[in-house]
Amino acid sequence: MTNLVEISDLNFGYGESLVLKGINLTVPRGSLVAIMGLSGCGKTTLLRLMGGQLQAQQGSVRVAGQELNHMDERQLYAMRRRIGMLFQFGALFTDLTVFDNVAFQMREHTDLPESMIRDLTLMKLNAVGLRGVQSLMPSELSGGMARRVALARATALDPQLMLYDEPFTGLDPISLGAIGRLVRQFNDALGITSVLVTHDVQESMKIVDYIYFVADGVIVAQGSPAEIRASTLPFVHQFVWGEADGPMPFHYPSQTMGADFGLAGEVR
Amino acid sequence: METILHGLRTVGDTTLRIVERIGAIVLFLGKILRYSGPSFQRFGLVIREMYFAGVQSLIIILVSGLFVGMVLGLQGFETLQSYGSSESVGVLVALSLMRELGPVVSALLFASRAGSAITAEIGLMKATEQLSAMEMMAVNPMARVVAPRFWGGVISMPLLAALFGAMGIIGGFLVTVVMLGVDSGAFWSQMQAAVDFHHDIVNGMIKSLVFGIAVSAIATFEGYEAPPTAEGVSGATTRTVVSSSLAILALDLLLTAFMMKGWN
Amino acid sequence: MNRTTLNLWVGIFVLLGFAAFLMLAFKVGNLSFGGAGSTYDVVAHFDNIGQLKERAPVRSAGVLVGRVQSVSFDTKHYNAEVRMAIDAQYHFPVDSSASVLTSGILGEQYVGLDAGGDDKMLKNGDEIKLAQGAMVLERLIGQFLFNKAQDGGSDKTAKGVQ
Repeated sequence: MTNLVEISDLNFGYGESLVLKGINLTVPRGSLVAIMGLSGCGKTTLLRLMGGQLQAQQGSVRVAGQELNHMDERQLYAMRRRIGMLFQFGALFTDLTVFDNVAFQMREHTDLPESMIRDLTLMKLNAVGLRGVQSLMPSELSGGMARRVALARATALDPQLMLYDEPFTGLDPISLGAIGRLVRQFNDALGITSVLVTHDVQESMKIVDYIYFVADGVIVAQGSPAEIRASTLPFVHQFVWGEADGPMPFHYPSQTMGADFGLAGEVR
Repeated sequence: METILHGLRTVGDTTLRIVERIGAIVLFLGKILRYSGPSFQRFGLVIREMYFAGVQSLIIILVSGLFVGMVLGLQGFETLQSYGSSESVGVLVALSLMRELGPVVSALLFASRAGSAITAEIGLMKATEQLSAMEMMAVNPMARVVAPRFWGGVISMPLLAALFGAMGIIGGFLVTVVMLGVDSGAFWSQMQAAVDFHHDIVNGMIKSLVFGIAVSAIATFEGYEAPPTAEGVSGATTRTVVSSSLAILALDLLLTAFMMKGWN
Repeated sequence: MNRTTLNLWVGIFVLLGFAAFLMLAFKVGNLSFGGAGSTYDVVAHFDNIGQLKERAPVRSAGVLVGRVQSVSFDTKHYNAEVRMAIDAQYHFPVDSSASVLTSGILGEQYVGLDAGGDDKMLKNGDEIKLAQGAMVLERLIGQFLFNKAQDGGSDKTAKGVQ
């Protein structure tokens, strides 16, 4: 068993239209894999499928050898104890302090004495460098700090698999670098397997082991960062180098310009 | 012809939507009950919500109760005086408060004060992915977030209604006895002779318990099912107040009819 | 908000709520006729009960001693069977009489109990034998007119004889 996550021939759609079509994807244990693509291409959906928040219509999603698609609620909740997830904007509980946020899972799932919960929580907060904000409310934190607290919270019970949903969105370069380093650090130091959904190419290229490119619900390219950088596929090239126009056109498909501006007769 | 058909279709559509919504709320209520175990194993969660639903509604309930009682006393006195039976004003104040106004008005206030707050809070937690985060931490939001708020509301409602009624009686007493000079002994004794513990007070409490269940279920439902956007949450908050109020008045009619049938 | 302050407030709230409930129960509602254990039932048959309803008061010497529990039509005797719950602290002799009375001229109707002189007391399920039904206004007027007519008639016959 070298793959922690195995997805095969997965189809998923909301209602009629398919969002994901025939996805095959594996995440080896201990690796840090990125799923990249444009906004709205279905990569967050893919992450939610791995966390069991959505169930696929066809195909299989296996985590640690167990099929998520046919699990009942109890099995699913048992499985989720081994999965951590970092949400786009942290999703900290706004009515709890930073300390209580990080201690949340320990209090819900373990019978540890309060003194031990305190020690563990402070250790987790220390790991993200934020032991000093333990008594603040989430609303008093900056975006980058909130993301780091959320990271401490997600890893509180040492999950096997960490899912990151757009961890770099809306951060200044310094916070962004800090989060990137922490993601890699947690992956290596704690032996966590990580899946990262992002459209921040430059930052993620620095830290990940392997990259899947998703466009229009299918995987269009995959490979190590070096392979991706060297890729000659037009779409990947455009994405990596951030060119405005290319196979992903700058213009949304529309009528001819003449028709829209009422110049039909005059434009030749 | 077209317009008539269109009108009929609109009526049909609306009816179906309302029935669908009621069905969804009843199913949701069932789901809440199924996940209510943790609320009672860790009663601290419910106590917390009783603070937000109950304690924070105290001021508005107490003040409104006092005013409603005073107005009832004043109006009742005016009318009864012309029949020479102003001592019966206590009966009028007490019976209208115990049977109708206490449970109904306090439930309406509760819906707009606490119900809307519950919807907004749960809706915002959903919009900011806090509910999803909880789910991913293997904690069921139905059990951890929804059920304690539901029970906090259900327990608070009858207490608030009792306080509303008591304040109303005090208000009526102040206006009629202290200000207008109705005999204090007659005020209380006529009231005691006319108000029956089981049929007026207990029934009033049963009403407020039913209203508490309805309002709490609607408020948590609207929050949990709110579209995760700013508009979605504000719309859900409005819907909570509107549909709770309608539910309270409709249930009041039903309960009153049943309770009266029980008497005669 | 601190956990202990929060608990304190909720505690105050619950106590206030219960206090209000108790005030309503004892000061507003008359909780002396409470649970089923504290009353005993007696039955009386009336030829006519007028407007008597369930829950109407049962009074003796003007004091509330119980409430009417049920009113039904007895198909064997073709009269009204009234079941009353009397407060257990009040005892009445077995030869007491019951009558349907009206408080004031247009007030509610109630059952009046007049104590008899027997040594034996009424027990749960006993029947009050002496029962006087309600005065029905139409009959009263009818009787009055009938009497008047009779008086007039007898006057005439008397005159005729003269």
